Amino acid sequence: MADNQTLSTRHLLGIKDLTEKDIQLIFETADTFKDVLNRPIKKVPSLRDVTIANVFFENSTRTRLSFELAQKRLSADTINFAASSSSVSKGETLIDTVNNILAMKVDMIVMRHPYPGAGIFLSKKVNAHIVNAGDGAHEHPTQALLDAFSIREKYGDVAGKKVAIIGDILHSRVALSNILCLQKLGAEVMVCGPTTLIPKYIESLNVKVEYNLMNALNWCDVANMLRIQLERQDIKYFPSLREYSMLYGLNKEILNSLDKEITIMHPGPINRGVEITSDVADSKQSIILEQVENGVAIRMAVLYLLAGQR
Amino acid sequence: MQNLILLDGQKFHITIKRLCHQLIENHNDFSNSVILGIQPRGVFLADRIASELQSILPQAKINNGNLDITFFRDDFRRREVLVPNRTKIDFIIEGKKVILVDDVLWTGRTIRSAMDAMLAFGRPEKVELLVLVDRRFSRHLPIEPDYIGIQVDTINSQKVIVSWKEAEKEDKVELVSENNS
Repeated sequence: MADNQTLSTRHLLGIKDLTEKDIQLIFETADTFKDVLNRPIKKVPSLRDVTIANVFFENSTRTRLSFELAQKRLSADTINFAASSSSVSKGETLIDTVNNILAMKVDMIVMRHPYPGAGIFLSKKVNAHIVNAGDGAHEHPTQALLDAFSIREKYGDVAGKKVAIIGDILHSRVALSNILCLQKLGAEVMVCGPTTLIPKYIESLNVKVEYNLMNALNWCDVANMLRIQLERQDIKYFPSLREYSMLYGLNKEILNSLDKEITIMHPGPINRGVEITSDVADSKQSIILEQVENGVAIRMAVLYLLAGQR
Repeated sequence: MQNLILLDGQKFHITIKRLCHQLIENHNDFSNSVILGIQPRGVFLADRIASELQSILPQAKINNGNLDITFFRDDFRRREVLVPNRTKIDFIIEGKKVILVDDVLWTGRTIRSAMDAMLAFGRPEKVELLVLVDRRFSRHLPIEPDYIGIQVDTINSQKVIVSWKEAEKEDKVELVSENNS
């Protein structure tokens, strides 16, 4: 193919801004990076003159490691910044912090921030490419891309597949990005969880809503289990974790009682025994570790395509 | 626009055959040699050479792979982003004689990238270069081919276009000149 193609945006702030063509371009590029990751030498020199700052105002293991590894595999120079050990605690504003980083000649910023829209705000104020690695309960675009990429890898195509997103929809940035991404690719999406954890106007996104776990599992081809985000819950949304687990937890008996084999996904971190039991998380139907593997290839594709824009 | 046909029909076929016989002179039964076609357009030539070699040497096992160089180019961020093609190498190149194959050799930059890309798969004993068309006196790097289909003298504004039966329904090499007058 090798024709000139480019993303329609300068930043990756959310799935909302991407077209279906953008997503397919990212997938095709990620396919080749996945090949690269399976070679004896897992590194290409493409981004050797690019410097990327990973700016994390919120904790992260998987996403930060995955981005960092993707950057190193592309030969980019990286600097890491965690808010907890920085001048943010001395009262510096977001723009000042970032402008100081950019003054050191940084080309791209990968940012995670607890406030929704932090990346969008930043993209209007600074000149570098911004990649959103999660902004509050708003969007987490690279997670949605790698989830859809993993479904595509398993089934060959995302279009026409039925995906149920189960758990804490209200506090989840993964849920919103996933809904938008899967719909753009032609999949049907259902959300399932306790009434208190389903946002009020979610129907306006054209998703099915289900409050019963069994109904959701019987309907779907893929179940994406989300974690209960206790750190974001300032009030009690359900009586106890034990009760949540009994009503919405996925275990092997439930999985075996279904008359078809569904695929289990989880964006991590897993709370084993709450939303999903160990025997399900480690079963053959689970593609949780494939998701992590694909995460590096997807992030390489995003960084490559954005950095290549002039 | 003016098109000059440099090679087509029977002559095209004879040229490919000649290249194959030259390869056999140096590589015997290909037991220690592999062919790598450079994506995207070198692959057509590599496939043609491999199938021609196979018909001349029915007993031999010809290893033929595709090498994508997109991530190894030296003009990233200096031009539009290129969408990569697939690299497909189902054999080991470590210690082998590698024949890099491309349709047109011009500045030599593609070949430089290809050597870089190839080294990610191992250390070959020797690397050779086969091209169908050598645009002489236009190199940016000290790179010369070992096997040449035809040599042409061109100026920078001209283009050399190779068409293949598999893709364009006709085998031919054309020299295209932009006519300003």
